[in-house]
Amino acid sequence: MILTIAARELRSLFLSPLAWSILAVLQAILAWRFLWLVEGFLQVQPQLVSIEGAPGLTEIVVSNLFVWAAVLMLLVMPLLTMRLVSEERRSRTLPLLLSAPVSMTEIILGKYLGIMSFLICVLGLVALMPLSLLLGGSLDFGLVASGMLGLLLVTASFAAAGLFLSTMTEQPTVAAIGTLGLLLLLWILKAETAGAEGKDAILTYLSISSHFEAMLRGVFDTQHIVYYVLFVATFLVMSIRRLDAERLQE
Amino acid sequence: MSTEILVRVEGLERYYGEHAAVRGVSFDVKRGEVLGFLGPNGAGKSTTMQIIAGSLAPSAGQVIVNGADILDRPREAKRQTGYLPEQPPLYRELTVDEYLRYSARLHGITRKGIDSAMQRAKSRCGLNDAGRRLIGNLSKGYQQRVGIAQAIIHSPAVVILDEPTVGLDPIQVREIRSLIRELGGEHSVILSTHILPEVQTICDRVQIIHQGSLVLNEDLADLSTGMPGAELTVGFREPPAAGLLKDTFGLAHVESIGAGRFRLRPEPGTDPTDELVSRSVSEQWGLNELTPHRQSLEDVFVQLTCGEDPSAESPSSGVAEEAAT
Repeated sequence: MILTIAARELRSLFLSPLAWSILAVLQAILAWRFLWLVEGFLQVQPQLVSIEGAPGLTEIVVSNLFVWAAVLMLLVMPLLTMRLVSEERRSRTLPLLLSAPVSMTEIILGKYLGIMSFLICVLGLVALMPLSLLLGGSLDFGLVASGMLGLLLVTASFAAAGLFLSTMTEQPTVAAIGTLGLLLLLWILKAETAGAEGKDAILTYLSISSHFEAMLRGVFDTQHIVYYVLFVATFLVMSIRRLDAERLQE
Repeated sequence: MSTEILVRVEGLERYYGEHAAVRGVSFDVKRGEVLGFLGPNGAGKSTTMQIIAGSLAPSAGQVIVNGADILDRPREAKRQTGYLPEQPPLYRELTVDEYLRYSARLHGITRKGIDSAMQRAKSRCGLNDAGRRLIGNLSKGYQQRVGIAQAIIHSPAVVILDEPTVGLDPIQVREIRSLIRELGGEHSVILSTHILPEVQTICDRVQIIHQGSLVLNEDLADLSTGMPGAELTVGFREPPAAGLLKDTFGLAHVESIGAGRFRLRPEPGTDPTDELVSRSVSEQWGLNELTPHRQSLEDVFVQLTCGEDPSAESPSSGVAEEAAT
């Protein structure tokens, strides 16, 4: 049942020009950025050779590319998730799901799985760029994998937050603005000072970007994984609650 | 129609904040019955149907569909109902086939059974040639048919249709009505409308809901014959006095409407027609008009929902297309 809903979601996404244009724009910008990074690396390469423990190809090109990918994801995610539920509500298709023998949990998980399958396609295309470096160089695969996982988890968190905000309203644009605001806030929440304590440490922990940065440096810590898993679970549960509440008290 | 009860609704209540949309509605639907739900706009028809379909939870009360409580065993209950909301829930970007396949899967039809289920639903709703068309490009009538096809694709025991003929042209209305009549053969149908003739042509039983409460629940056959207070209009060339008429025939009310014509309201349960004719012959009153006014569904509807006496309305017993909207 979840798969049925997810498949419909994915199909509708690809039937609209939105998904294609987002894929195209994302890919074009990242490709440009990628070229620029490679170019920069080639220029400094001679000096790097002489320095002990200097950052290599992976740190300079791949990690930077992933940061860019994450920021772009943050910007396009509201456009992708805004219509998940609010569009169904606006075009009055929600009763089809509500009167069908499926639970709220299945509806939300189906929708989330649908959007995630699309996002995994996007990330797959992004991952091809660093892998193309293998043609003329070597990569630190551990670092690439850690960064890739980080990017996936960040994207999954964005999508969960977007899905939740989409259940809140009937207007997709309102959901989009809300998602953008929430994600940006969570992104910049991190305290600027290093080694922060007290409330700064809490803010840093809450920030999406701090965990991502750690993973980009190759720090694979369950603490970061747990953060993202909790983040996704919280927003999915809240989405289910929200849909249920609507059935109970419109 | 068998006597087996498919849907039992008991003490249904639904509040939106302080506002009671439905209060204390109870009724049964038998297998194979077409039940017409009438009521002015905002009377609680749609809310009641949403609750039976399971897309809205009741504030109080119980809905049991074929033995399964909609709150305790929602999955089982929902599998037995097909629901067409007021606005058909269509994905405009899908084709008819894609959409029907999706709703069939949602209702738990196995992969093997899907093709035959789709074929059956499409041919019943006259959609055989429309399978590959985009729903967004279909006309309103066809979209409505897709909506109905979606509601019957899993052969539910109960089909719930919320105002299925709104906005259709007369020919489409006729087609949809005959489709509903046909559905009544094997499914139970609950149908809401505010078009009175629709109820008269396709329903077995009519319920009128007003301000959230059921005010009438009657078989249509009983309604057309046995409604109390049927009136007569009579005309005479040599009219007798109104008082004489009243006393002679034991009438409840006599009103002279000029030119030797009277409106007579007999006591409930009596029919003075035969006696009136024979007396007119023997007394040479010269009876030249005798029109019984059977109380139409419209009269009943207006009487129950507006709290007005139907005799205060115009004497026409014709049925208007829409009433009290």
